[in-house]
Amino acid sequence: MSIALNQVSKTFGEVTAVHRVSLEVNEGELVALLGPSGGGKTTVLRLIAGLEMPTEGDIYIRGQRVNDIPVQRRNIGFVFQNYALFKTMTVFKNIAFGLKVKKWRARKIEARVGELLELLGLKGLGARYPHQLSGGQRQRVAIARALAPQPTVLLLDEPFGAVDAKIRQELREWLVHLQHDLNLTTIFVTHDQEEAMEIADRIAIFSRGHLEQVGSPRTVYEEPVNEFVARFIGVLNVLDLEIRNGRARLNELEFPGHGQPEGQHIRIGFRPYAVQISADPCAYPCRARLKHAFFLGIMLRVELELTSGLVIRARMTKEDYARQGLDEDREVSFQIRQYRVLAGEDGLLQPEISIAENPPTMLGEGI
Amino acid sequence: MASHPHPPPSSHGAARISGTGEPVFVRGVLIALSVAFLAVFLILPLANVFVQALGKGWSAYAHSLSHPDSRAAIRLTLLVAAITLPVNVTFGLAAAWAIAKFEFRGKAVLLTLIDLPFSVSPVVAGLMYVLVFGLQGVLGPWLDTHDIQIIFALPGIVLTTVFVTLPFVARELVPVMQATGAEQEQAALTLGASGWTTFWRVTLPSVKWGLLYGIILCNARAIGEFGAVSVVSGHIAGQTDTMPLAVEKLYQEFNATAAFAVASLLALIALATLAIKACLEWNMRRKDRRERDAAANARRGPGPGPVALTAA
Amino acid sequence: MAGRKFNVLPGFGLTMGFTLLVLSLVVLIPMGVLWVRAMELSWGEFWHQATTPRALAAYRLTFGASLAAATVNAVFGAMVAWVLVRYDFAGRRFLDALIDVPFALPTAVAGLTLASLFSDQGWLGRWLAPLGVHGAYSGLGVVIALAFVGQPFVIRSVQPVLQNLDRELEEVAATLGAGRCRTVCQVVAPSLWPALLTGFALAFARAIGEYGSVVFISGNLPYRTEIAPVLIVMRLDEYNYGGAAALAVVLLGISFSLLILINLLERWTSRYYS
Repeated sequence: MSIALNQVSKTFGEVTAVHRVSLEVNEGELVALLGPSGGGKTTVLRLIAGLEMPTEGDIYIRGQRVNDIPVQRRNIGFVFQNYALFKTMTVFKNIAFGLKVKKWRARKIEARVGELLELLGLKGLGARYPHQLSGGQRQRVAIARALAPQPTVLLLDEPFGAVDAKIRQELREWLVHLQHDLNLTTIFVTHDQEEAMEIADRIAIFSRGHLEQVGSPRTVYEEPVNEFVARFIGVLNVLDLEIRNGRARLNELEFPGHGQPEGQHIRIGFRPYAVQISADPCAYPCRARLKHAFFLGIMLRVELELTSGLVIRARMTKEDYARQGLDEDREVSFQIRQYRVLAGEDGLLQPEISIAENPPTMLGEGI
Repeated sequence: MASHPHPPPSSHGAARISGTGEPVFVRGVLIALSVAFLAVFLILPLANVFVQALGKGWSAYAHSLSHPDSRAAIRLTLLVAAITLPVNVTFGLAAAWAIAKFEFRGKAVLLTLIDLPFSVSPVVAGLMYVLVFGLQGVLGPWLDTHDIQIIFALPGIVLTTVFVTLPFVARELVPVMQATGAEQEQAALTLGASGWTTFWRVTLPSVKWGLLYGIILCNARAIGEFGAVSVVSGHIAGQTDTMPLAVEKLYQEFNATAAFAVASLLALIALATLAIKACLEWNMRRKDRRERDAAANARRGPGPGPVALTAA
Repeated sequence: MAGRKFNVLPGFGLTMGFTLLVLSLVVLIPMGVLWVRAMELSWGEFWHQATTPRALAAYRLTFGASLAAATVNAVFGAMVAWVLVRYDFAGRRFLDALIDVPFALPTAVAGLTLASLFSDQGWLGRWLAPLGVHGAYSGLGVVIALAFVGQPFVIRSVQPVLQNLDRELEEVAATLGAGRCRTVCQVVAPSLWPALLTGFALAFARAIGEYGSVVFISGNLPYRTEIAPVLIVMRLDEYNYGGAAALAVVLLGISFSLLILINLLERWTSRYYS
């Protein structure tokens, strides 16, 4: 176990930034702390680094309790969102800073810095000042500086937030390779779910100071523990239905009542990929107009408009779309293969319900 | 989703940890030294003015101030300030408009020229005007034959005061106007506003705090200027003595109480200036913060949320 | 003006014209007249007027006292700025507002009250006199007055820099293992030096030209406690306009050199932020 948080809380005045968070990170793992801003993820990162002290709970690094160990002696590497490079020092001196603090010999420092410049593709830039570098180069200098003293863990706060979209993609891939080669425990903070899904081994999702779920990208996408996670990771169609005559209804859509009393509202959610579309208006029970199709590489995002004006988002492959001869403004039929009954942001999610048992139907048909 | 307030960044929080702050002992010593230094160096001199002025009681104080020479000095000082301020406000607005809203070559030189009076010794400033308008000066003989008196009279005092206070308003306005940019004015023009309307309705309201700030600084200096005015005034009691000059004259006549009485009025004006300045700064900071918060909220936006599907 | 880009906003000609007119009338022409007046003297006469023993003594005092005062300003200014920005304590905002007292207080009032405080019977002077230290009517008095009027410059230069200093820089130094001393010396100080130097130069420039506060406290004894601006006034009182102009040109030259130096300093400060 590389890092462990045990029931850690942090309050600033009256604001609880982090509430009873327990989290374990394995040696060599790449973990993303994901959540909306103000969710507490950056505070968790700063708590691990020792830049903040927990109000409650314990933090362990490699089995050692570090609550009382100041940031200087925790042996962590920290990369700030805006890099925090020393403006008055050259790239070489920036990277050498931590080594000088540790009183390394000049020859060894030179060798180590050279090695890092090589590793991070910064060769020949040692004499430059930060303001003479591009955004991507600055970020790599910041990482090199953090790596120089051979930390036990690398902590990155929104590492790709300050560079433009194109470089961001390159840097992501590059970070994954680097982390893999060094086998260094790495924790990074992000608010971008795609980024977290793409590069992290595991994702920890935070909301309002609470740790909502930890798991592999696949787990948090397919088996979200609650509505917050389900809505935050990926796109979720949410319908608010009312129970009438024992069935949950919204306009022309109808779902089983799930044993709720008359007049009660229930909400259901389903992923775009759970919507099956056919050009044959009679293939599925529900009908709609194909309002828009957005091309996103091999996948298409499709908007279906029901007669009542309700819009549902769906996804299909380009091949499927072409094979069926679909086009905008065509009448189609569709069905929702799987959905979940939602129980508010904090309530636990029910397992997914497949239409094999309870197919939703169109009003006026097959009651 | 992001309704939860941001935790305040730790650097401003009360609890800071050993790694990134000074030990309590060092902190205490530094605070104590700073407070002691400011107390001896700023507060004591200021307090001394009022203690000395009132040292012989209120009646002596009132007597000093009601002396005809003192009253003449107060009147002259206010008159000089009243003439100087409009001149400098007009100059400051014109200069700031030209510099902030337009691009032209030599802008840096112009800015340096506007700042020049700050780096000229007040005595040298006074001397310059004596050399132009004095009896031995360039225009002296001509002025003398036409019986126009500038040096040792009100016009000279006003001129030197305008000189030493010239940069104040322009200096405050240029950065403010530059920061607001020309887009608002351009928008007003596209909406059909005339140049004057644009200036009065768009530009002036957006720089009003900066302008006010410049005015009070300019006013404080205009009232308090000593060196430059001293050279051109001629020190005629009851006629060309401003309040600061009256302070010096009374002091040289060993009339300390009266000197301090006049000085106390000047000190009160200085304190009022600082109080207004503090209010204006507080106001501007609050406005800044509001704008920053608004910008931050706009950036945060709706976030990567779900697709709301409630039908229209 | 040549090189001006097209701009739909009106009023450039009017405002620029007015600006240049006022600048010429109030600043440039009088300054030119001073220059011409000094140049009317032959080179030998100018040199003689500018370097009389009395003038040399005045320069020495003006420079020495200004340098000493600006140094005091730099040392205490850096400390006060640090304390005001970094620490929270009762009365901090009040003190912060009071920093500008020397800017707002007329110099005559400053001189008057300092002279009274440091005279041998004054609140401060009575404790110093037994030690043989005389604050009023001495060279020390000149330093005290100049340090008073120049104090805000350093504090107000350093404060914003310290305020905008990225706290993350200090935090990153800590994560790299640096102790507080090292962080302050190697990370914070290099960012503060330019502002500190600028403040020092501004205080020095102001001290060179200062007149009002010094005349009260120095005693104005020729060769001993007479500063250069006071000597200019003396020359004027003697109707020695040439002599006054010569001294003024020397002072102006120094002021302008300092102005250029400060501009260079500010450019140097911004070199890491291109």
